[in-house]
Amino acid sequence: MSTKASRSAARLMLAPAVILLLAWMLVPLTMTLVFSFQRNLPLRGGFLEWVGFENYVRFVSSSAFWPAVQTTVVVVGGVLLITVVLGILLALLLDQQMWGQGVVRIMVIAPFFVMPTVTGLVWKNMFMDPNNGLLAYLWRFFGGDPVVWLSDVPVFSLILIVSWQWLPFATLILLTAMQSLDSDQLEAAEMDGAGTLSRFWHIILPHLSRAITIVILIQTIFLLAIFAKIFVTTQGSFGTRTLTYLIYQRVLESQNVGLGSAGGIYAVILANIFALFLMRIVGKNLDR
Amino acid sequence: MEHRKAFASATALSLVMASGALAQELTIATVNNGDMIRMQGLSSEFTEATGIELEWVILEENVLRQRVTQDIATSGGQFDIMTIGMYEAPIWAERGWLVSLDGLPEEYDVDDILPAMRAGLSFEDSLYAAPFYGESSMVMYRTDLMEAAGLEMPEEPTWDDIAAAAAAMHSDEVNGICMRGRAGWGENMAFIPTVANSFGARWFDEDWNPQLDSPEWLEAVTFYNDLIQEYGPPGAANNGFNENLTLFQQGRCGMWMDATVAASFVTNPDESVVADSVGFALAPNRDGVDRRANWLWAWALAIPAGTQQEEAAMEFINWATSKEYLELVAEREGWANVPPGSRTSLYENPNYAEVPFADMTLRSINAADPNNPTVDPVPYVGIQFVAIPEWSGIGTLAGQEFSDMVAGRQTPEQALERAQALVQDEMEAAGY
Amino acid sequence: MARTVTAQRKAINTGVAWVIGLLIFFPILWTLLTSFKTEAQAIADPPVWFFFDWTLENYRVVQERSNYTRFLWNSIYIAGGSTILGMLVAIPAAWSMAFVPSNQTRNILLWMLSTKMLPAVGVLYPIYLIFIQLGLLDSRFGLTIVIMLINLPIMVWMLYTYFKEIPTEILEAARMDGAGLREEILFVLTPMAIPGIASTILLNVILAWNEAFWTLNLTAARAAPLTAFIASYSSPEGLFYAKLSAASTMAIAPILILGWFSQKQLVRGLTFGAVK
Repeated sequence: MSTKASRSAARLMLAPAVILLLAWMLVPLTMTLVFSFQRNLPLRGGFLEWVGFENYVRFVSSSAFWPAVQTTVVVVGGVLLITVVLGILLALLLDQQMWGQGVVRIMVIAPFFVMPTVTGLVWKNMFMDPNNGLLAYLWRFFGGDPVVWLSDVPVFSLILIVSWQWLPFATLILLTAMQSLDSDQLEAAEMDGAGTLSRFWHIILPHLSRAITIVILIQTIFLLAIFAKIFVTTQGSFGTRTLTYLIYQRVLESQNVGLGSAGGIYAVILANIFALFLMRIVGKNLDR
Repeated sequence: MEHRKAFASATALSLVMASGALAQELTIATVNNGDMIRMQGLSSEFTEATGIELEWVILEENVLRQRVTQDIATSGGQFDIMTIGMYEAPIWAERGWLVSLDGLPEEYDVDDILPAMRAGLSFEDSLYAAPFYGESSMVMYRTDLMEAAGLEMPEEPTWDDIAAAAAAMHSDEVNGICMRGRAGWGENMAFIPTVANSFGARWFDEDWNPQLDSPEWLEAVTFYNDLIQEYGPPGAANNGFNENLTLFQQGRCGMWMDATVAASFVTNPDESVVADSVGFALAPNRDGVDRRANWLWAWALAIPAGTQQEEAAMEFINWATSKEYLELVAEREGWANVPPGSRTSLYENPNYAEVPFADMTLRSINAADPNNPTVDPVPYVGIQFVAIPEWSGIGTLAGQEFSDMVAGRQTPEQALERAQALVQDEMEAAGY
Repeated sequence: MARTVTAQRKAINTGVAWVIGLLIFFPILWTLLTSFKTEAQAIADPPVWFFFDWTLENYRVVQERSNYTRFLWNSIYIAGGSTILGMLVAIPAAWSMAFVPSNQTRNILLWMLSTKMLPAVGVLYPIYLIFIQLGLLDSRFGLTIVIMLINLPIMVWMLYTYFKEIPTEILEAARMDGAGLREEILFVLTPMAIPGIASTILLNVILAWNEAFWTLNLTAARAAPLTAFIASYSSPEGLFYAKLSAASTMAIAPILILGWFSQKQLVRGLTFGAVK
């Protein structure tokens, strides 16, 4: 098909992107790998000695590690559950006929475009503050004692804030997938006497399964890296210290570069496990 | 050192030549406390007088610390002036990361700086950071509420007096006592260790073994926790200096134990609804323990080594921490709003003596001794901190455990046990 | 959907959807309202809704105290710059993979995707050191490059999926007419690719604008964009809800408007073309 000339031109056009990404990936990663085998404390003069796998062992055996893993799993799992379930329901709803559909759609999608630092601060102060927050008024109005969201139910609060931001993403993608559903098929099923629930289970859900998988995988990758929302709300207190945040604290607050780098390598491995699954699905799509 | 300077000035020169007659610009990192915001407001005067433009990076305390530490440890060179404290100054000076301030002019009058502040900000007899304001901690309380309760606050209270006062003043509208609960080594970890000191506890024994499993720590932390649970505001675990200040100014705290510098904000009628009914007392101690729960701190301006604008930075420090700056603030905003605790001459000034909290501030500062923070001997310097590089990591992690406790998520025993484990981890990782 | 439903059913749908929509949108609406209140009104009990003395004072104070326009300009520079640079690299790459596929194309695409998964926190320290060495710390240029690189895989993917949809028959026809590579690109492909390119640009501007890891950690003053501007409101002194709201409104308004225009494209971009 293509000529030799166009082939080499194509290679030339591809080269900048490949070289840039290769450098972006390899150089820092190699440095992190090297650091992870060092005792490296900038406040004591930086590189001190080679310690082999000591940092890796220490990171995992530290008393902060398992709680951080647990928090990460709970936060990611919780957000996924909320966004996927509510996302499907919302997508079903928005797919119906109604007046002002465009406006509703815009309102539902809006949170996704809000800067993470704004999301965190607005929720923390204007809604969850136990003295002046709006939720506290609501509680008092109904005669309740205001909930101290960020310290009484910190992980739930974090999940709530993150879900608010990501629910629009799930809804948007599931809605798009829903709209590609052949309405004839639904009508046929309806004529066959299939109830609403049965249509949902046997036609809609299978049709959405691929989109759901993609939502789960992509969100997982982004959720594992949540940073700004924790940074401006609890800074990792009250058991909201996720793996990402723990690594951040090791490197920047404890100024222990070796230990933090070992943690970083763990995080890279973890993210790649999810990435592998995602790539298999996306890759299948390429072949079609 | 000589090489470095020559190199720095050469680069500075070439930069100036390259950029032509560009106006000089200093980047200043500072903390978002009231006095610094005021300094930012007044700094246009400095720019007008010298032609040096200023670029401000104003950050929350925890973030500021982490940011400047990262920058200095990697010689990032993002800042020309950093706002640091007594913890950082000697450690960084020892590593050669700060420019000595010996070059400040005669008129600056270094000898006028309060001795406690000067000692804490020096290394080997050279000053490395100029105090913008200095502070200890003390008790601020509502005189009207105390009177209504028929109580009187002694000038030198014990913890029992504090607990009694908190119980008496506590009501549906007013919280008996506000204290720091927000995690961070400059937030709750500035406060809790002073409580520990006043109960006779210490961080490390002379061989650097962490001592958080001692009965003194348990007693101190339990007392603090009981007090804040019973009489503290809702969400106390999220409250730091600024949050408590707002609460006190709104009349929602009967008592507040915090930095002496807060006195000028709570007595300012423009900001505080309780301005005319605030009394002051020394930080408490447990009956029979010969240490009070007051810290010693200075927010000070320092110049990182390697800046290309050493001279301009020195000029700014000379302006911002001078006697003239104090007079400028006094002229504009009144004597009560002058940044306190940095200069002897301020406390000898008859105008300042009329300020209600001047005397108690000075007494509190003078009552603090960083070399002997607690009853038992310790291998470290510092009252509310331990002057070793690992402290910021220890403080951050341990602070989160105590904050968890205040949130009611664990008991004092659990908090101490976990903090002890974390401190041990951290010290082992650092090779102690 | 072409199916007709009863007016009653439609009314119920409308009611439920509007309630839920307003609920989700409420935090943004509340922030907007609060930004026009005084600080005292912002924490008033009971809360005030619409009937208060609307004031622009907060916007003035925020601008005065933290020089909003400079942060805004930095955000525009970084979002715009990274998009332009990224497109310069991504368009040729996507073009060549879409029209001159080789047996490596699939692997290259997947590999590019995998670089997007690199957790930023794992490489923060090295990047920081590299930036110091290159004098890029707190520089808009340095940040622009980083943001460009983290979004490059998405750009390439998104463009690739769009280019793939351009029918190759047209290309072949043009070649038969003797068009060279240059003409092929200029006159045949470009017009057909413009919608895809526009969507990619839009999505990338949004992603770059909201990026909040590197922008918080690699800037101090000169290069700090709006994400950092907002973070400085984390724990200020005194009452600040109204000021926080004004600052937030200013930070999110531009991108909210852009975002609404690009909902559809967003789906394709964020799912790497797997959902269209």
